[in-house]
Order: sequence, then C-alpha cells, then structure tokens
Amino acid sequence: MPDTQALVNDFLNKLKKRKIEGSQATARQTAELLRSVISQQRVPYTNQAGALIDAVKAIGEQLIAANPVELAVGNIVRRVLHIIREEDLSLTTAAIGGLNLSAVSDDENDDDRDGDSTLSAAAVAAAARSTLRPPSLQTLLEDTPVSAAVPQTSSSGGDSEGKTADKSSRSRKLKHDVIEAVNELIQDIVTCHEQIAEQAVEHIHQNEVILTLGSSRTVLEFLFAAKEKKRSFRVFVAEGAPRYQGHLLAKELVARGLQTTLITDSAVFAMISRVNMVIVGAHAVMANGGVIAPVGMNLVALAAQKHAVPFVVLAGSHKLCPLYPHNPEVLLNELRSPSELLDFGEFSDCMDFGSGSGSPLLHVVNPAFDYVPPKLVSLFITDAGGHNPSYMYRLIADYYSADDLVVQRRATAGN
Amino acid sequence: MGAQKKRAAAAAAAARVSEDPDDLARQPLQAILLADSFTTKFRPITLERPKVLLPLVNVPMINYTLAWLEAAGVAEVFVFCCAHSKQVIDYLENSEWFSQPNFTVKTIESHNIISAGDALRLIYEQNVIHGDFVLISGDTVSNMSLTQALQEHKERKKKDNNAVMTMIIKKSKPSPITRQSRLGTDELFMAIDPNTKQLLYYEDKADHSKGTICLDKMLLAENPSISLHNDKQDCYIDICSPEVLSLFTDNFDYQHLRRHFVKGLLLDDIMGYKIFTHEIHSSYAARIDNYRSYDIVSKDIIQRWTYPYVPDVKFCGNRATKLERRGMYRALEIEQSRSAQVGSFTVIGYGTKIGSNSKISDSVIGEGCTIGSNVLIEGSYIWDNVIIEDGCELRHVIVCDGVIMKAGAVLKPGVVLSFKVVIGERFVVPAYSKVSLLQQPTVHDSDEELEYADNSSGTVEFSSIQGTADQSNGEMTSESSEAHKPKLGTGGVGYIWSICEGGQEEEWRHSVAPIPEDKLTELSEAMDDDQELVTQDRTALSTSGELISDSNASEGDDNEDSKDDSVYFEKEVEATFLRAVEENVKVDHVILEVNSLRLSYNMTSADCAGAVFYSMMKLAIKTPHSSAIGLLTLYPSPFSMVASNAYPIYLSGELQQNTANIITTWQKLLKSYLLEIDEEIEIILKFEEMCLESAKEFSPLFARILHILYDKDILQEDAILRWADEKEGADESDKVFVRQSEKFIQWLREASEEED
Repeated sequence: MPDTQALVNDFLNKLKKRKIEGSQATARQTAELLRSVISQQRVPYTNQAGALIDAVKAIGEQLIAANPVELAVGNIVRRVLHIIREEDLSLTTAAIGGLNLSAVSDDENDDDRDGDSTLSAAAVAAAARSTLRPPSLQTLLEDTPVSAAVPQTSSSGGDSEGKTADKSSRSRKLKHDVIEAVNELIQDIVTCHEQIAEQAVEHIHQNEVILTLGSSRTVLEFLFAAKEKKRSFRVFVAEGAPRYQGHLLAKELVARGLQTTLITDSAVFAMISRVNMVIVGAHAVMANGGVIAPVGMNLVALAAQKHAVPFVVLAGSHKLCPLYPHNPEVLLNELRSPSELLDFGEFSDCMDFGSGSGSPLLHVVNPAFDYVPPKLVSLFITDAGGHNPSYMYRLIADYYSADDLVVQRRATAGN
Repeated sequence: MGAQKKRAAAAAAAARVSEDPDDLARQPLQAILLADSFTTKFRPITLERPKVLLPLVNVPMINYTLAWLEAAGVAEVFVFCCAHSKQVIDYLENSEWFSQPNFTVKTIESHNIISAGDALRLIYEQNVIHGDFVLISGDTVSNMSLTQALQEHKERKKKDNNAVMTMIIKKSKPSPITRQSRLGTDELFMAIDPNTKQLLYYEDKADHSKGTICLDKMLLAENPSISLHNDKQDCYIDICSPEVLSLFTDNFDYQHLRRHFVKGLLLDDIMGYKIFTHEIHSSYAARIDNYRSYDIVSKDIIQRWTYPYVPDVKFCGNRATKLERRGMYRALEIEQSRSAQVGSFTVIGYGTKIGSNSKISDSVIGEGCTIGSNVLIEGSYIWDNVIIEDGCELRHVIVCDGVIMKAGAVLKPGVVLSFKVVIGERFVVPAYSKVSLLQQPTVHDSDEELEYADNSSGTVEFSSIQGTADQSNGEMTSESSEAHKPKLGTGGVGYIWSICEGGQEEEWRHSVAPIPEDKLTELSEAMDDDQELVTQDRTALSTSGELISDSNASEGDDNEDSKDDSVYFEKEVEATFLRAVEENVKVDHVILEVNSLRLSYNMTSADCAGAVFYSMMKLAIKTPHSSAIGLLTLYPSPFSMVASNAYPIYLSGELQQNTANIITTWQKLLKSYLLEIDEEIEIILKFEEMCLESAKEFSPLFARILHILYDKDILQEDAILRWADEKEGADESDKVFVRQSEKFIQWLREASEEED
C-alpha cells in the first residue's frame, strides 16, 4: 500500500501545482494511477466490487479536489468506477446465468445468501438493473448483444468447479477483468487522437478553408490526417490570446506543408465568411452538449452561427463529462496569472496600492475557459464517431454509471 | 505491472526534466534559504514568531518560497534557522516538506548568528554546497522559471570564472513623489551594462535631498555603454557559484548581502569578481521586507500575479478555498450573516463567522475568527482566531493571532496588534502604533551592529518567555492589564510601543496603510519647489518649457475656459521671457516669440502687455536680492510713503531697484505692445492685481514703481489719470493703490494743467 500511497501523493501534488497540462495527459495518468490502485488493492472474498469501488472513490475524491478545474480527472474516475460495476455485473449475470442453467436448489442459494448476503443482494439488484437498463449504443450499433458475450465468460467461470474455488477465481477474475478494461481505457485515451483523425477525410474536403482557434493536439492530428490523404485545403489559425498557442499551431502546420493563415482573435468575424468549417478542440464536453473550451471560443462559435458555418468540436471520449454546466461547481473557470496579459513592470505604477484608498484601481482578469452552449455546436467528433450535441446524453449513458455522478464516499462505508 | 508503473513514473519525470537544461539534471541544484531576515522591521510580531512563519494570505510565508524552489527544480534546500529556530524546525517537521519526493529540506540551526554573512560563513564551514546554488530568504514570493537564468549563469561561468553571481531583477517604477518602490523599499539605482548585463553600480541608499547620485568616473571610462536604472526592483533571488561562500569567509566583515557583499564586490576590482543581472518580465518575484510590502504582496497574490501560488490552488497543503466572482476567496464552513457585505478581493479563512451588517473589503481574514455585527474592516490583515466584537472599525491594520477587540474599539490606519493583545471597549488605538504583550526592548542607538545584536537578544528574550508562556500566559496578561489598564482602555491587555529611531515622521513609509493624502501633497509640493529651483538654476530652460506645456496638457483636458487659456498664455509668456533673460535673446526675437504665442492663443495686445509685464515683475521678485544699499538715494522718490511698510526698508529698496533695472532693460519689449492707452491701463490694472494677489511684495512699492514706469515713458500720464478716474467709483478696498499713489496722481494733474 505505501507504494500506491506515494504514487497517489505524487500525482496529487502534480495536480495541485498545475504541473500537468492538457486533458489527455491528465486522463492517461489518472487511469494509470487508478490501475495501479486497483492492482494493489487487496480484495476481500465478499463484495469485491464494493471494495474496489470504495478504494477508487476514496482516491478519486482526492484527485478531483486537487484540481477541480480539470474535469478529465473526474471523468476517468467515473469511467473506472463504471468499468468495475460493468465487470461485476457481467460476472454476476454470468454466475446467475450459470446458477440458473445448472438449476441450483434453493438451499444452496440460501447458503450463498448466508455467506455473502450483501453480494447477492447487490448482484440481484444489478441483474435486475441490467434487465431494465437500455441496451448500450455500442451494442445497438455493432449488433453484438451483451448476452452473447456473457456465456463466454461464464464458461470460463467454471460452474462445474467447487463453490469456494469458484469464488476465489471470481475474485481474481474481477480484478483481472477490471484491470484489462482499464488498460483498454488507457489505450483508448492514448489513441484517441488517431481515432479522431481517421475520420478527417470524411469531413475535410478539397479546397476547403478551415478555421481553428488556439492550439489543440487533436485538431493538429486531424488536419495532418486530412493532409496525408492528399486533401488540399487551407487553414486559418486564430492566435488564441493571451497564450498565443495559435502561433505554435501555425508553426507546426507550416512544417507539415499546410497553407496556413494566422489571424488575431478579433479578426475571426471578418474572416468567417470565407471559411467552410470551424474545427476546434475542447477542454470538456458537458452532458447537455455544451463545451468548455479555451477562452474566445464562444466568439468564434457565434461568428460561425451568424454565417452558417459548421462548428465542429473534436473531443476524445475522456473529455466527455457526465455533469451539467448549470451547476456552478462544474462551471469552474481557472483564472490564470494576469502577467499573461500585460507586463507587470510596465504597469507597476497602476498597481501601487500605497496611495489613495489602498485598493487597486486596475483589475486584470484572465479566465482560461469559455462555455459554448450546445445550440452553437454543429457536430462533435469523438473517437466513437460523429455525434449531434443532443446525442451526448447517450454517449454518457454508455460510459458512465448514474451512481457515480457524485464521487463521494457515503459516510457509512458499508455500501 | 511494476515495470509499467516505473516506466510511467520515468516518463513523467522525463517530461518534467526535459524543460530544464541537461546539466541541471546531472547535478542537483541546491538552495540556501535564510529563514531569518536579520532585521527588526516586523517587530513586535517577530518577537513571538519568526518572520518566515507569518501568514501571508493565510499561508506561512516560507511555504511560498519552498513551493517555488520545488517547482523551479531545486533538489535540496538548506533552511538556515536562527531566531526562533525551534518554531521553524517544528513547523517544517510537521509540514509536508520533509516528505516530498525529489525535494529534500534540511535545516541548519544556529543561535549566535547575527547576519546573513555569518550564516553563509557557517554554511561554508559545513561544506554542504557543492555546485551552483540559489540564495533566497524565506520571505520571498515568486513564480519565475529558473531555467533560463540558470543557463545564462552557467554559460557565463564557463566563459568567465569570475562571474560568481546572477541577481534577479524586475521592472518596477518607483513613485516619483515618495522616492520609494511600490514595495516600500528605497529607490534603487543600478548601473547595468546593456550588452553583458553586468551589474556595475548598486545604490539603494541614495541621497534624495541632493537629487544626484555619484558614479565613479572609471565606470564611464571602462565601459562603452552603461544604462542607469531607477525602475528596477531587486528580487533578492540570487544564483550563486560556490565561490560566493568562500568570499564571505575571506571577507569576514561582510554582513549584509547587498550593502556589504554586492557593493564590496563592485568596488573591489582586485579580485575582479563580477555580478550579473537577469531581468524577468512576465513572472513575479518580490521579497517581503516591511509592512508595506506585506500589504502589496498580499494584494498581488489575491490578484493572482503569483499564479499558481494563489489561495485557491492547494500548493502546500493549504485549505480548500474557492474563488468567487470579483476576486472573493472563501474557504469552507464560513458562517456569514445574510446582511454582511463582503467586498471584492477579500479572503476569508476556514470556519470564520461574520455577523450582520458587517462590511469587509480588500482584506484577508484568517481561520476561526469571530467577527461581530456592524464591524467595518477595510484593507486589513486579520490572522487566525481573532475575536472582533460588535461595532469595531479596522482600517489598514495587521491583527495577529488570538487578539480580542472589545465592542466599539477602533484601530486607526497602520496599527499592528501582536499576538493575544486585548483592546478595551471603545478604545481608539492611534495610527501607526504597535501593540504587544511584550514590553518594548530598551532602545539602542540605531547603529547597525547593534541592530543585529538587538535582534539576537530578542531571540533570547523570547526563548525565555516561550518556556513559560503556556502556563503563565494567564498571569502575565492579568499582571500587565493591571499595570497598563489605562493604556488600552478598560479590559485592555498589552503595551503600546513607543515609536523609536525613525520616528513618527518615517512611519508612514513602511506601514501597512496607504500613504495618507496630505503626506503625498506635502511631498509633491516640496518636489515641485525643488523642480522649480532646479529649472531656475539651470541655464537651459527647455526643460521648464516642457514642464509648463506638460501641465498645460494635463490641465487643459479638464476645463477649457478662456480664463484658463489666458492663464496658460501668461505662463507661456513668462517661460519665454525667462528664457530670453537667461539666454540673452534679443528683444526683437522675444517680441516675435510673444507675438506667435499671442496668435496661437488668440489674445489681444493688451493681454500681451499684461503678460509681459507680469513676467517682468515676477522676475524682479525672483532675482536674488543683491546687496544694493541705499537704493532710496539712488531713486529718490518725491513721494512720502503712504502705506505702512511691512517689509524692511532695504528689502523693498532692493526690489525697487531690481524692478527698475528690469524695466529699463526690457522697456522696448513692453512698449511694443503698448500701442494705445487701453493697454497701458491694462498694465496698471494687472499690476494692481499682482500687488493684491500673487506678488504682495510689491504692494508697498506700488506708487514708486508706477512712477518708474512713468519715468521710462512706458505709461503716459493720460493712462494713469484715466485709471485713477475709473477707480473713483470703486469700492474702498479697490482704492488702496489709488490712495497710495494719490500724491503722484495729484502731481501729474498739476503738471498737465501747467502744460496747458
């Protein structure tokens, strides 16, 4: 345990001191941390899922509190919780299915209850829920029903074996499955850029003009992918004051041989009439389809709407946040240092509090994020494909469990 | 799994290190943090708690420094503790700093150290510093990146072994009025070579009364170009080579880092050691040197200049705080009455209670405070567990832990209440006073050595008290309350320290309160006078011309009445005239210039005449009175003195002579505007006005100068007579000068009659 604790503390420190920048890096590191937490967690024979959920929640709570502005942390914690629940559910349904198949007698079932009442209660509830639950989008699209997957696992579960052996193998199996699933999640996060970029050719056409604001790794990869497919198009880059990351983006685009035009943020409205599509990155996508994005994005979205230019947001699924933006806790904005806006030395005389009333007359506010309402967004492109803003809730239902929206351990940890 | 984990950790570490230069990774960077400022500026608070542990926006100062050092890539920090070393060490041991990965904090303790120089000598003896190190004091707040400065330092060191130190500086304009920086430190003059960034001159105690600084001639001879700055702030962050420590050991009289070490190196060219500067632009760095900088840096933190070291980022285990609209920071579990008004840029600590109708603005409130109703708190720093009862007023004060303010007590600006002081009901603590439970140590002479000694004695004194503080606190307070009941009102506990050394006069400079308005006006007036003197003295008057046009520009924006126009016109004419006098410009040229002014201001020739006359008279007053004696005999006046002469006779005599001289010299100029009798009357009226208002010195001489003007054919008798006639019907008060020159007028009338 001390090993994980040290890791957790190290990561907490980095989050607190804002040493990790970018949702992707944060998401990946969160997932990796949670994976090691799960693998180190000693699982009791009974209620393994509960124990794992508790452990993840305990750490998730700290992680979220360390940097509440970075929503990706919370997203990943919830995703992992969801994974645990799903795996537990599939194992339980498999077990129940196995039990049903082998037509276990009632008293055996009672024994089970005596030994592990909470688990079976949870299992029954989960099973009940699974039948009530709408089929996931994935299953609908891929036409591979969950039930098809279940027998496979159940067969490996080995109902022919003894009960204790079954339990221990199940406990190992749960952990193993969860870790496997988390690995998949990490893989998804790592490859999200490529997966999004794969769709580039479907969206960027010959001789189009694309406008983007600031710099986003996803957008960069997306544009490169289109370029690699021999599409010829031009890119307008709004510089993204006050951090001017658009300059960096322009540099990289030019390095790859893309025709690039750099403009100021305030010139966006003037240029938008020449633009065929706006493609931007996001900080987070909310449950209602709203977007939290670098400051200045709302302006671009409004300009795009005025000229009926499609406003496309690229976001990896780790940026998908199951919370709604009307909650002030969620709409946290990071106010960064005013020195990004102006040179302290030049304005030092405006900030002399030594005279007058003692309160400064010059206030400098430097918010990091903007909120773009869903009605301004034309399309989301995630690693799972393109989606309408109004469809976000479905993706969220896929990725998250409603029980985890509030990541806080209940006061009674009995669960 | 473990391997994967390790890889992840390694990747993370690599990501962080990759920002730093390679050699940084090879050799861990060390830092020396002086947890003692070796001054007494924060007394009386520092008698009970070391300065580095004082809360700055609810976080002990040393945390800002350590957090920055850690983020800047320093691997090992030696914290040098002297005064209250036990408290510092205890604090660090209980903090998270001892358990950080890749960041070790070690403490070095010593009690008989009285200066930074001694501390560095001791560290040298311990032989713990192996490479370049950062020298910083524990009261510095910064968010700069060391990477570039460190790289510059190392590269310079490679080329020139004598480049031992890089000083971090930052642009910050000093106030022209108070001659101090916004941090309350004295205006700092630095000469820097603009190409190499070498520091050539450092003076923080310049004599402002003279308005000059002296540079060594050799500086100018040896360096092709130097730039002299007064708009740089010393951040007190130094990147030093290990030689610095041995230098301190070699020169055992070096005590102060700047006053002795830096100046010593700059003056002593035998060894040829060089100091360089590194200027930071967008990042922040400041040292808390006095109460004013405490105030200013707190406000900078609240305004987020020090990001990420701001209250809502948990950079060192501080409590969760939320940033709300208009820069309000609120911790959890705050009880605030609905009617309480908490204004902008305020920080409220964990578990604080605020009563109804209380108003708080621009302030920092610590943890667990209880604030009653109808309390007014403005620009103040209230630390933890303070109880403020109903109706108190606090403006621009510092209130330490555990203070109790009884109902209705008032703290005037600049007050500092040390730990556990009790202020009695309705007691008004006068401005700038410092109140402590401890008695003021006996005042020594303000000799520097003694100041240090004084400091260490303070430690000893404290440690003796500290031992018994816990048990005897009750007794002690009751005891002192008996002895000093009247001093802090009924129920008050504590001693008001008498202001020593600098005296009341200088107290406002370093206080937490803003500089009072009257002080500023007083100073700016004094400065204006200086300026005027300077321009008078200087032969080149172009500056004064600029000054005047400047004032025109600034004032002209506000009100553009024609009356103001004529005032500016007068000023311009005066400036032109003065320049003409000093540069011996030909009269014709002056006439041309005044004419052009007249056209540009759209004035009549009467205005010109008035203005020219006005400037001549002004000049007459300002011209130093030479020792002309017996002027009355030179210019015998046929008229007896009418007005009672308040001035010594020789003075008015001199003045009269000056006037006469000037009129003689410049009569042509004046005459060129006296085309008609109206202009002449204008002159008389102007003169009268001057005598009443701006130049009362002339009032006793009115009749005589009138006579001189008549003698020089500037004024015709018609003009004088018509003036007298006009004044017939005026008020008595207006007729003072008519009466004064009654005899003269009478004489004129008689003469004209004779002529007829």
